[in-house]
Amino acid sequence: MATAHSRAAARVMISPAVILLLGWMIVPLSMTVYFSFLSYNLLMPGMEEFIGFGNYEFFLSDPAFTEALVNTLLLVGGVLVITIVGGVGLALLLDQPMWGQGIVRVLVIAPFFVMPTVSALVWKNMFMNPVNGLFAHLAKALGLPPFDFLAHAPLASIILIVAWQWLPFATLILLTALQSLDKEQLEAAEMDGASALDRFRFIVLPHMSRAITVVILIQTIFLLSVFAEILVTTNGGPGYASTNITYLVYAQSLLQFDVGGGSAGGIVAVILANIVAIFLMRMIGKNLEA
Amino acid sequence: MTTFIRALLGATAISLAVSPALAEKLTIATVNNGDMIRMQRLTDDFAAKHPGIELEWVVLEENVLRQRVTTDIATKGGQYDVMTIGTYEAPIWAKQGWLVALDDLGADYDVDDLLPAIRGGLTVDGKLYAAPFYGESSMVMYRQDLMEKAGLTMPDAPTWDFIKQAAAAMTDKGNEVYGICLRGKAGWGENMAFLSAMANSYGARWFDMDWKPQFDSEAWKATLADYLYLMNNYGPPGASSNGFNENLALFQTGKCGMWIDATVAASFVTNPNDSQVAEQVGFALAPDNGLGKRGNWLWAWNLAIPAGSQKTEAAKTFIGWATSKDYLELVASKEGWANVPPGTRTSLYENEKYLEAAPFAKMTLDSINAADPQKPTVDEVPYVGVQFVAIPEFQGIGTAVGQQFSAALAGSVSAEQALQNAQQATERTMRRAGYIK
Amino acid sequence: MARRATGTRKILVTLAAWSVGLAIFFPILWTILTSFKTEAEAIASPPSLIAFRWTLENYVEVNARSDYFLHFMNSVVISLGSTLLGLLIAIPAAWSMAFVPAKRTKDILMWMLSTKMLPPVGVLVPIYLIFRDFGLLDTRIGLIVVLTLINLPIIVWMLFTYFKEIPGEILEAARMDGASLWDEVVHVLTPMAVPGIASTLLLNIILAWNEAFWTLNLTAAKAAPLTAFIASYSSPEGLFYAKLSAASTLAIAPILILGWFSQKQLVRGLTFGAVK
Repeated sequence: MATAHSRAAARVMISPAVILLLGWMIVPLSMTVYFSFLSYNLLMPGMEEFIGFGNYEFFLSDPAFTEALVNTLLLVGGVLVITIVGGVGLALLLDQPMWGQGIVRVLVIAPFFVMPTVSALVWKNMFMNPVNGLFAHLAKALGLPPFDFLAHAPLASIILIVAWQWLPFATLILLTALQSLDKEQLEAAEMDGASALDRFRFIVLPHMSRAITVVILIQTIFLLSVFAEILVTTNGGPGYASTNITYLVYAQSLLQFDVGGGSAGGIVAVILANIVAIFLMRMIGKNLEA
Repeated sequence: MTTFIRALLGATAISLAVSPALAEKLTIATVNNGDMIRMQRLTDDFAAKHPGIELEWVVLEENVLRQRVTTDIATKGGQYDVMTIGTYEAPIWAKQGWLVALDDLGADYDVDDLLPAIRGGLTVDGKLYAAPFYGESSMVMYRQDLMEKAGLTMPDAPTWDFIKQAAAAMTDKGNEVYGICLRGKAGWGENMAFLSAMANSYGARWFDMDWKPQFDSEAWKATLADYLYLMNNYGPPGASSNGFNENLALFQTGKCGMWIDATVAASFVTNPNDSQVAEQVGFALAPDNGLGKRGNWLWAWNLAIPAGSQKTEAAKTFIGWATSKDYLELVASKEGWANVPPGTRTSLYENEKYLEAAPFAKMTLDSINAADPQKPTVDEVPYVGVQFVAIPEFQGIGTAVGQQFSAALAGSVSAEQALQNAQQATERTMRRAGYIK
Repeated sequence: MARRATGTRKILVTLAAWSVGLAIFFPILWTILTSFKTEAEAIASPPSLIAFRWTLENYVEVNARSDYFLHFMNSVVISLGSTLLGLLIAIPAAWSMAFVPAKRTKDILMWMLSTKMLPPVGVLVPIYLIFRDFGLLDTRIGLIVVLTLINLPIIVWMLFTYFKEIPGEILEAARMDGASLWDEVVHVLTPMAVPGIASTLLLNIILAWNEAFWTLNLTAAKAAPLTAFIASYSSPEGLFYAKLSAASTLAIAPILILGWFSQKQLVRGLTFGAVK
């Protein structure tokens, strides 16, 4: 079907997108790479000089770096686990016959529409605040001492907030996948005496694997760069307990205005993100024939 | 035909040339605190007096504001005609040549009326580079009723030992009354503002004369130990994420016995509309340890004009209005004397009406006068600034150290470890910036 | 089947689903309710769900302080503009990938997605400098361009997966009838692809509406959308729960309503080709 003519046409049609994205990638990236070799602080203009890999050395030797790396992985992993397990559960639940399914779906989808800054502000102030937050009121009503979420479980709290935002996305994709499942196959399996667990394991889960792959891929891209939620709630603390790589780059480039160090951090983050991506593709890429 | 088109073009050109002159638009970046929001509300008065100038406001939370204006001024982005900056930025930026000197704000501006301590911090080489909108120090605010109940009397100039004793006596956790509320949220302008000032009164300092960080000193150990002792025993839950705003809310709702924080809070905690304890608040100077320095800071929010702005004259007109004596009168006439932006002008503290309406006026003035940015510490230091070090690197260092102390308060690292990490992080950055050879 | 017969099961499922749904929705509901309380009631202990004196004072104050309508219009123009521009660029690209598959198609897609991995905080300064030189700071068009670029990979991918499900035979039939490439795209493909395009459009409006880094950092007064509006309420002095709630409600309400009304379209296309 693909003639030489249509190939040429296809190339023409794909080129605006490719050229634009290429520009969007190359221009900032090359500027960032260039800056990453300079000693360049915005607050001290006129002092720029070439310092080789000095910025990289500085960023990688930051005592916070290892912790930030671990936190990044925990954050991505934690949110993925919660949203996928929760999403599968919710999808199974919502797929059952019930009254008011439409409304329930509207309720479940809602957090996806809330901007990250707003959800972080709301969770931080109105729920997790240990004095006036709703959780504190609840704890008091039960006679328990209020728990200070953002001080004693900062990363877990952020994972909770981010997971709340992404659960609807996972649920919806998985629900759509579930609805396309051939119900007769399930009924046949039931007649054959397969238990509910077996039906789930051998029929439902394989059917959803592709959807799960997509959820993992899309969410990972967004979760690697989670930033607003951390800035609003904990500022990466206490200590470095909720600092991820993106936040570390932020601290370097926009708190210290160290463009050189921040650029080196940005490049490190890109490399790490690509390692994660390659790793992901190895693990789940076979589910995703393009 | 062509003549007609030419005439039309000419007319368009004229109208294009004329219309910007009709109304010049000033974009003003400011911080979202009470006094600034009040200024925004009073814009109509400015518009009436200066019909040729339109104001556009960009109101942002403090940290976002700082990041936005710093990026913009450093890259010469030209987004703002008037910027709200702190006492920390003013001298650094002025030295870079980033700010327009404000030596001609009009005849009735009366620059000599500005409080000397505040004015000194905004002056570089004899020229004023930012006009103070309000100024503040820090002091002790306390509940007179609780103090009485505890059988104690707050002296005008308490010591840290008295604060410890009073905090213990006032704490009543069963009724959600915590003896003392202090900042715990990490940030150079949050917990480090308080802790640096407190450390000054303990004889500690950020750097010695060779720019070597001093977190390994006994004085810092004592500071942090006492801070943690106070907060862990008598502080509210969640203190490690409390900044100014959080503590204000706590104090206003009657949950704090004492609160050591910015003097500007005084008008909020004594305002019966917002505060449930308005009638009960007393004031005292920030505590000391008998070493000759008190634990109070000095800060002002100021208006400044970025160099290269095309609208310097209009911007000066605006700044002249917002920081004038007339503006104080205007606020007084609309919202009462107690709500006037404090801490910038000597004449305000000689105004009987103000002294009567603001019971905290004297203590505020005494606190401001007790701070000395040029000689902030017991031992000699190479830097200027009471609760900050006026070098560009400080924002980053201060926040990193603040994170460690916040973590110590949350209990996730020990005090010793926090100080060690702080020392290491500071030394690392100072070495990179070339202060330590 | 036995399962269908039992009403008890349906009741249980309904109860469970509703409780989970309400729990997930609760933070939003709570925010909306709090926005109608006074500041004192907003932190009252114990808090009351609906038995408080309803007031609009927070909305009045928020509107007095900021020009909500300006921010709202900016959000609308920027999110709609960037989505439409994105579709314009992405539709041909996705079309050619779906119908003229090359060996590299998958690689190109993955590469496109990988451009999203550059952390915005690391490249703010370069982009700020470029924007300054082109006079794009604080302009809607500048933000439209940036948001188009950051969302383009997602748009292309969504459309690609959707187009792939359109059977190629239909195109071949059209081609046999002598349809030109243009006809093919406009008259044959587009009508079939409308639902997919619609859901792509919706998803991207949501992503653009909620993007909070570039929209905050590249704007000042004129082009600032609702994400900048909310940044002036994140820590006012003193009690602010009710005002924060009112501002939050105003910021999320438009997109929440749009999302609810169009959720069927959104869901249908939200599968990224995950469902065969």
